[in-house]
Amino acid sequence: MKAQLTSLLGWVDERFPLTSSWKAHLSEYYAPKNFNFWYFFGSLALLVLVLQIVTGIFLTMHYKPDAALNASGVPVAFASVEYIMRDVPWGWMIRYMHSTGASAFFLVVYLHMFRGLLYGSYRKPRELIWLFGMFIFLMLMAEAFFGYLLPWGQMSFWGAQVIVNLFSAIPLIGPDLSLWLRGDFVVGDATLNRFFAFHVIAVPLVLVGLVAAHILALHEVGSNNPDGIEIKKKKDANGIPLDGIPFHPYYTVKDIVGVVVFLMVFSVIMFFMPEFGGYFLEYNNFFPADPLVTPPHIAPVWYFTPYYSMLRAVTVNFFWIDAKFWGVVAMGGGVVILLFLPWLDRSPVKSIRYKGPIFKGAVAIFVACFFILGYLGMLAPTPMRTLVSQICTLLYFAFFLLMPIYSQLDKCKPEPERVTGK
Amino acid sequence: MKKLVFVLLFAPLLAFAAGVELHLDKAPDKAGDMAALQNGAKVFVNYCLNCHSASYMRYNRLRDLGLSEDQIRDNLMFTTDKVGDLMRISMQRAEAKAWFGAAPPDLTIIARARASEFGSGSDWLYTYLRGFYRDDKRPTGWNNVVFENVGMPHALWELQGQQVMGEGHKLSIAKPGKLKPEEYDALVADLVGYLQYMAEPVAQTRKQLGVIVLIALGILFVFAYALKREFWKDVH
Amino acid sequence: MALDDKVDCGRRRLIVATATVGGVAGLAAAVPFVASMLPSERARSAGAPVEVDISKLAPGQMMTVEWRGKPVWVINRTKEMLDSLKKTDDKVSDPQSGKHMQPEYCKNETRSIKPEILVAVGICTHLGCSPTEKFKTGAESGIEADWPGGFFCPCHGSTFDLAGRVYKGKPAPDNLEIPAHKYLGDTKIVIGIGQDGKEA
Repeated sequence: MKAQLTSLLGWVDERFPLTSSWKAHLSEYYAPKNFNFWYFFGSLALLVLVLQIVTGIFLTMHYKPDAALNASGVPVAFASVEYIMRDVPWGWMIRYMHSTGASAFFLVVYLHMFRGLLYGSYRKPRELIWLFGMFIFLMLMAEAFFGYLLPWGQMSFWGAQVIVNLFSAIPLIGPDLSLWLRGDFVVGDATLNRFFAFHVIAVPLVLVGLVAAHILALHEVGSNNPDGIEIKKKKDANGIPLDGIPFHPYYTVKDIVGVVVFLMVFSVIMFFMPEFGGYFLEYNNFFPADPLVTPPHIAPVWYFTPYYSMLRAVTVNFFWIDAKFWGVVAMGGGVVILLFLPWLDRSPVKSIRYKGPIFKGAVAIFVACFFILGYLGMLAPTPMRTLVSQICTLLYFAFFLLMPIYSQLDKCKPEPERVTGK
Repeated sequence: MKKLVFVLLFAPLLAFAAGVELHLDKAPDKAGDMAALQNGAKVFVNYCLNCHSASYMRYNRLRDLGLSEDQIRDNLMFTTDKVGDLMRISMQRAEAKAWFGAAPPDLTIIARARASEFGSGSDWLYTYLRGFYRDDKRPTGWNNVVFENVGMPHALWELQGQQVMGEGHKLSIAKPGKLKPEEYDALVADLVGYLQYMAEPVAQTRKQLGVIVLIALGILFVFAYALKREFWKDVH
Repeated sequence: MALDDKVDCGRRRLIVATATVGGVAGLAAAVPFVASMLPSERARSAGAPVEVDISKLAPGQMMTVEWRGKPVWVINRTKEMLDSLKKTDDKVSDPQSGKHMQPEYCKNETRSIKPEILVAVGICTHLGCSPTEKFKTGAESGIEADWPGGFFCPCHGSTFDLAGRVYKGKPAPDNLEIPAHKYLGDTKIVIGIGQDGKEA
C-alpha cells in the first residue's frame, strides 16, 4: 500500500510540482520562531476569504439582483434577502456568516496591516509584499462597497448614491463618469446588476490572484518577525536559518489554535449579536431602498468611517476647485498614501521594539487619529466634530509625510543579533 | 503613564457625548412566551394585517409559536386558505398611497428596522403604539410622540381611548377606551413581542445553536491547544 | 527532523484526536450548506397538497390538475374501462403492481382507492414526457386493432393501460406513478397527502 502511494506520488511529481511545492511553502518554509499574537491575522485573513467565497457562492444560489417591486411593493432584491433569512433551509446562518464575515475581514486585515506597521514588515526586501497587500486592501474595499448595495436597503442605496456621486467631483469628466458607473440617472436596477457582477466574480478573481501574489512574494523573501531582523543572515551548516522553524507543523498547529479562538469570537457575534449593535448590519438597512426618501442620518459601515471622515473634513475650496473634489482627494489619498510607506520610513531599524520615542509617539497619535476619525465618521457632522476631524486628518497625513524626517531623527536602540523570545 | 497617554489621546471623543435624545419606554421582553406571542399574533392579524402586509412571513411559520396548522388556519387566516402562503394583503398600494399619503410599510421586519442607538426596535414600537394623541392640525386627527406627523391614524384607539398632549409634553387619557391603561399596555406588549418574533423568527434557535457551537469549539480548542503545546516542546 | 526517526505515540494520538474533533466539526459546518440546497419553504408551499373537486367528472372523462408543477390525471373510469384491465393483465410488464410506484393503499387491480377513480401522475416513467390519452378503442385509436384504451407517450411510443400500467416491450420501465392522495368526503380528493396521513 505504502509503496503504491509512493509510486503514485512519484508519478505526479514528474508531472506536477506537488512535493516540491509542499516543501517550499510548508514543510521546508522556515519562519522565524518568535512570531507573537499579531502574526495570527495573516492566516485568519485567508480563512475569512475562503469563508466569504464559500458562503457567497451559496447565497448567490438564492439571491436575486432585481430592483423591480414585487406584488407586495417590495424590491425583489430586498425580498430575496429576507427569503434567504426565512425560507431557505439554514439560509439565515449562511447570510449571517457572510455579513459577519465582511466586518471580520476588515478587522483582521486592519490588524494585519497594523502588525506590518509595528514591525516594519514593509521595509526592504518586502516592499512588494506590502504593495500586493495594499492592492488587496483596495480590492477589499471595492468588494465591500459593491456587496453592500446588494441587500438593496436604505443604507445600501444611499451609500452607493453618495459614493458614486463622489466621482462626479472630478473636474470635467466627473458627471459623465458617475453616470457611466450607475448606468442610469439614479442608482437603479442597472447599477444593482453590475455591482452584483463585480461583487460575485470580477473583484473576487482579482482578490484571489493578489492573495496568491502576496503569499508568493512573502515566501520568496521570507517572513519578518517582531524583532525586525533577517533570520536568513544566520544559518546552520545545512543552510537552514538558526532562528527558523518549518512552517509545517509548527505554525500550522499554532494557527489552528488561532483559528479556533477566532471562530469562537466570530460565533459569539454571529449567533448572539449578528447586528452588532447596528455596526455590522445597520438598522436602517432593514428598510427597503426608497429613492424618494433619504434616511435622516447616513453613515457608512464602520470599516469605511475613518476615510469617510476625511472626505467630510475638507470644507474649503482650493485653486478654484470646490471642496467636494478635495474631499475625494483626501479620502483617496488617505488610502493611497499607505502604498508609499516602504519608502517613507528611513529608520535604521525595522521593528518598533528598537525604534525611538518619536516614532512610537507618532504611531500612537496616528492610531488615535484613526479611531477618532472612525468614530466621527459614524456621527452626523457638527462644527466641533468637523474641526476635530480636520485636525485628525492633518495628523494622519503628517504621520506619513513627515516620516522621512522624524524616522531619521529618532534615537533607535541597537537591534539584537538573534531573535528574542520564541 | 501609558494609561494617561491613552486617555489623553482619546479625550476628544468625550466632546461628543451629548446629542439629541429620543426617550423610549422599555418594551417588556416576550421572547419565548408562547401565550403572549400567540395573543400578539392575533392582535396583529386583526388590527394590522388589513393595511400592512408581512410579506416575508408565511402563516405556517406560526408553528414556532406552538400552534398547529389547523389552529392557524381557523383562527388567524382571513385572506387566504393556503397555510403556506405569505401574509399578504389585498389592498392596492396605489390606493393606499392615495388614502394615507404613503403606502403602509410592510411590517415583517419593522422591529429590526426601528432599532436605534436610543433603544431596540421593540422599545420604539412599544412607545409608538402607546404614544398616539389627538391633534387637530393633522388630516387624520392623530399625531404621535415618537413619529412626528405620522400618516397612520391610531388603529387601536377604540381599545386605548383618546390621549391628549398636555403641559410639559405629558400624555393623558381624555376619553377612555374599551381597555384599562394597564390592559392596553399589556396588549401592546404582546403585539410588540410578536412583531419582534416575526422580524427574526429564527432568533431563539440561533441563540440555542450558538451555545452548542461554542461548546464544540471549546472542546476543539482544548485539543488544538494541547497539540500546539506538544509540537512546540521542540522549539527552544 | 526527529519526527521520522522515532514515532512518537503520544503525539500521534493527539494528532488523530484533534483531527477527529476538527473533522466532526467540519462535517457539522457543512450541513447548513448542503441543506440550503433542499427545497425552500416557498417551494414547499408551492408544492403543498392540492384539493380537487370531482363532482362534475362524468364517467369516461378525465381531468388534469397541477401538483408540484406536474400534471396529475384524475379519470373517472366506466365499467367497460375497468373490465379492460383484466384483458391487459398479461400484456403489461408489472400487472400486480409489484414495483413501488404507488402507495400501499393503491396496490390493487385498479391501482386506486375507489375502483373507478384513477389518480396518476401524467409523466412517462421513461424520460419524463407527458403521455396523451387514447381512450378510443380498437383501430380507431390509431395504435393497434385491439387497443383497449389507455395512454400513449408521443416521445418514444410507450403505452399504458387504463390503470397506468406499462405495456411489455416498451421503453418505459415502470407503471405510471400514483401520487399519495386521500378523499375528503365523496367528491373531493386531496393530492399530496395519503390516506395514511403521509405527505408525499
